[in-house]
Amino acid sequence: MTSINWFRYASPVSFFPVTRRLARGFGVAAAVFAAVGLWLGLIVAPTDAQQGEAYRIIFIHVPAAWMSMFIYAVMAGWAAVSLALNARLSAMMAQALAPTGALFTAIALVTGSLWGRPAWGTYWAWDARMTSELILLFLYLGYMALRQAIDDPRRADRASAVLALVGVVNLPIIYFSVVWWNTLHQGASVSLTAAPTMAAIMLAAMLVMAFAAWFYTIAVVLTRVRAIILEREKRAAWVSEFAEAAR
Amino acid sequence: MSALEPTSPGAWPGVAWALRRDLKLALRSKAELGVQLLFYLIVVTLFPLGVGVEPTMLRALGPGVLWVAALLASLLALPRLFASDFSDGSLEQIALSPYPLPALISGQILAHWLTTGAPLAVLSPLLGLQFGLEGHEAGALVAGLLLGTPTLSLLGAVGAALTLGLARGGALLALLILPLYVPILIFGAAAVGATHAGMAAAGEFSVLAAALLASVVGAPIACATAVRIALD
Amino acid sequence: MNLAEFFAMGGNAVYVWSAYGITAILIAVEIVALRARLKNAREAARDMDGDA
Repeated sequence: MTSINWFRYASPVSFFPVTRRLARGFGVAAAVFAAVGLWLGLIVAPTDAQQGEAYRIIFIHVPAAWMSMFIYAVMAGWAAVSLALNARLSAMMAQALAPTGALFTAIALVTGSLWGRPAWGTYWAWDARMTSELILLFLYLGYMALRQAIDDPRRADRASAVLALVGVVNLPIIYFSVVWWNTLHQGASVSLTAAPTMAAIMLAAMLVMAFAAWFYTIAVVLTRVRAIILEREKRAAWVSEFAEAAR
Repeated sequence: MSALEPTSPGAWPGVAWALRRDLKLALRSKAELGVQLLFYLIVVTLFPLGVGVEPTMLRALGPGVLWVAALLASLLALPRLFASDFSDGSLEQIALSPYPLPALISGQILAHWLTTGAPLAVLSPLLGLQFGLEGHEAGALVAGLLLGTPTLSLLGAVGAALTLGLARGGALLALLILPLYVPILIFGAAAVGATHAGMAAAGEFSVLAAALLASVVGAPIACATAVRIALD
Repeated sequence: MNLAEFFAMGGNAVYVWSAYGITAILIAVEIVALRARLKNAREAARDMDGDA
């Protein structure tokens, strides 16, 4: 009863074998980039004049924040495709992206808070970026909660897709209103994410870590979509074949 | 009949039809409407009980508290929007009717706002007294709520449609919708704050008006999509 | 920087290493949970074949 559409790799059948090789490759790349990035950030990069050693947290905080926003945009993109084409696999990609997006948002919040304490004296200063990041976490959790609450997978696909699109449209509005709110209530106070004037090596380390996070995301999401395909398509004949053969 | 005449009724008659219907239904259970206003009153009263009655602090807190309470009261009323129609099958009939669904939904949301957000906005200066809000500040509060609560109803309707028929839908609805309410809250409360500081709140009101316009255009369509998803 | 200085992180060791440590733990949790999920999904799919 699986309907096969002949868009290459757009059907779970043809996509499935590809995911394993890709996931492995990106996983290895992520590990390599992370190793290089950590070496650059923790060992090569010099001590910062103003913030001492605590600034080294940015090598996780900033890439995590970037990924949290990037993943939401990609998730919304897949959601839009799934609504437009009524395609199951696109919806599964959105479903697979959400947990990793939420994870990076949580990492950004925790590391940002831990950076704030030594750098500016407080664990949580209600600055614009951290507050927006917190709201983004709520958006991710809301998406996942809605999916979870709906039993019928196709209704869950479509409803969460609408939610993701409503979220992505509102996200810039929320961000700018929080920035405005912040200037209103704190005046020209220090922005918690005003990075120290970057030595080139610091920027390089951040970029390498950003790539590591991106490759990690691809590896994890491809693996998760494998699991989702198996979970949702298990009544299809082809699946048990792959389940037997695949490790 | 000329071949050029439209064979299905247009959008505005649809809005009017749904508005009349939902207002009639809502006014049958006046007690329910009263409960929502009471909720607003009680929530607002809780804050001074929690933080104390020092006048300067209450004046600083007032706008924010009144707006947050309005958000929560709005959330409380939302499940009512589609839930009873959904459970007795009339929502399906509505979706099948010849009127365009976004138009019908607009009418329903308008009726909903007239019975929840609008009375709340009108009532707010009385509650503002509890926080020492002066005349012009109370005016900014009412104007802001009149501009903002329709947006809350519109956005909330999308959430209500997405969570139709789900267990614990109310809590889930809150999680989904409250982040979207944040800009309205920020600018609504800031409008009162600006007025308190002696400045005109034109900028804040413009933002609220823009948000309302955008929601009026976008929300009914998103809502209609969500309703069809829930009905399939 | 020698090893002692590296671990001390200029007095901010607890913040820096907590940040890196929590991140490492969260990533590890995601990977472990995902592997378990994939394993369960594979087994459930295999079981279905027996019913087919």
